[in-house]
Amino acid sequence: MQNFSALSLLRRAFGGHESWQPQWRTPEPKPEYDVVIIGAGGHGLGTAYYLAKEHGITNVAVIERGWLGGGNTGRNTTIIRSNYLFSESAALYDHSVKLWETLSQELNYNVMYSPRGVMMLAHTIHDIQVFKRHVHANRANGVDNEWLTPEQAKDFCPPLNISAKLRYPVLGASLQRRGGTARHDAVAWGFARAADAMGVDIIQNCPVTAIRRSATGEVEGVETERGTIRAKKIAVVAAGHTSVVMNMAGVRMPLESFPLQALVSEPVKPAFPCVVMSNTVHAYISQSDKGELVIGAGTDAYVSYSQRGGLHVAQHTLDAICELFPMFRRMRMLRNWGGIVDTTPDRSPIIAKTPVPGLYVNCGWGTGGFKATPGSANIFAHTIARDEPHRINAPFTIERFRDGVMIDEAAAAAVAH
Amino acid sequence: MLLIACPYCGERPEIEFAYGGEAHIARPADPSAMSDEEWAAFLYARTNPKGTHAERWRHTNGCGRFFNAVRDTVTDFFVATYKTGEPRPDLTPRSVV
Ligand SMILES: Cc1cc2nc3c(=O)[nH]c(=O)nc-3n(C[C@H](O)[C@H](O)[C@H](O)COP(=O)(O)OP(=O)(O)OC[C@H]3O[C@@H](n4cnc5c(N)ncnc54)[C@H](O)[C@@H]3O)c2cc1C
Ligand SMILES: [Zn+2]
Repeated sequence: MQNFSALSLLRRAFGGHESWQPQWRTPEPKPEYDVVIIGAGGHGLGTAYYLAKEHGITNVAVIERGWLGGGNTGRNTTIIRSNYLFSESAALYDHSVKLWETLSQELNYNVMYSPRGVMMLAHTIHDIQVFKRHVHANRANGVDNEWLTPEQAKDFCPPLNISAKLRYPVLGASLQRRGGTARHDAVAWGFARAADAMGVDIIQNCPVTAIRRSATGEVEGVETERGTIRAKKIAVVAAGHTSVVMNMAGVRMPLESFPLQALVSEPVKPAFPCVVMSNTVHAYISQSDKGELVIGAGTDAYVSYSQRGGLHVAQHTLDAICELFPMFRRMRMLRNWGGIVDTTPDRSPIIAKTPVPGLYVNCGWGTGGFKATPGSANIFAHTIARDEPHRINAPFTIERFRDGVMIDEAAAAAVAH
Repeated sequence: MLLIACPYCGERPEIEFAYGGEAHIARPADPSAMSDEEWAAFLYARTNPKGTHAERWRHTNGCGRFFNAVRDTVTDFFVATYKTGEPRPDLTPRSVV
């Protein structure tokens, strides 16, 4: 693996940058692996990385139907935060934030993690109560989160309109200073490059079409468009397609898949210092280092795999953005797109063993799993390697729906983010 | 925006409707006889198919009535809509990986 450093960049600059090698191989699939991971998004690639790095399991294939990072990993608005209400969630997401802090150094790949602060706006009395409850619960869990008055919110984000005349005026905000953004593609590429260097095979353009099980029930391997691949451990990390893939093993999941949209504006000079979210009026906005405003919209109401989403959904978000940040009213939007997000009934993920021996699943991240990429991958690798959950993901089972021990962030946040 | 054919009112824009989730999930006849697994499956497990999907809709901002539809979740094309209580139309199901 070629190392990135100021010196290596400088040296190759003199050679016209012609001596760079591909960042990962394009191997032929082997007939058998110790672990097959289905889905080369950030979570799947990260899982392969931590299996190799922390558990010494390198005979691993990551099988991807399209191109690596082409799913939700490459389609999301990259908001990173850990100020979730319940202790289980705070532990999970904060584990991830801690890994983000050193991920670029660890992977020798710049994932552009930028803790510029995530501010969540309160517009109703109920919002104020809920956010203050979050601030207190987070602090009790050692997660930073603070309450801001409207004036303090405007100090932190000067473009914000705090006029009392708004349809939904800003009554305050909560701020997690350690929250921020990262470069979505770089996360997939960095994990892919580092996993590949340790011997992991990344097999792209290769949809998994069936999961084979023995007469006694345990998994034996997968059928793909490029033949059979045997493995005693199979890990499904297929985001919006999890129900489809798990169905191949005969497991019905508590999941529904919806299109979620995002859009970016034309690039402009640095104008927006932080991330602002409003769950009440549905606006999620930050500015990329390229200068584009990155805007997250809502989901469509119905199950769909269309990767598009209705225009009225995006328009609803733009209405809110224009009201909160009047200076953006005349900006042009350049591109919009959709990703398919898999949501659970309690809007918390499932990172667990399954009823099928040798089959593991990491899914249900819905509209908010990018922030969890390194943390989720790290504990999922542990679960696969040891065949038992890590302390942090022990509560995130499929059986919690049977047992009634939900981690109800849906009710806690009123939305899925 | 989708055009949805309410069986009572005809074609109307999507924003007049509310989605009601997967159709034909019957409430168990004898709830107290059910195991926890069966309850969880009834309440939470969903088919979530990539392909044809039978689902409930309600014409909230119209006649207010519930009805069922079969839609292709890859293209969002409505294959059929039909009244609640009528059987699911016998269509060739499509499912994609
Ligand atoms: C518009 C949008 C905005 C978002 N904003 C945020 C945000 O601001 N913050 C945040 O934290 N999260 C956000 N999310 C959610 C976040 O993107 C996801 O939770 C996260 O990226 C999921 O990562 P993953 O690796 O599990 O999934 P993916 O990156 O989707 O990877 C799954 C992979 O599985 C592959 N696959 C599927 N079926 C098969 C098969 N049969 N065979 C082989 N491969 C298969 C897919 O092709 C895909 O590449 C957003 C999502 C969207 C769509
Ligand atoms: Zn009607």
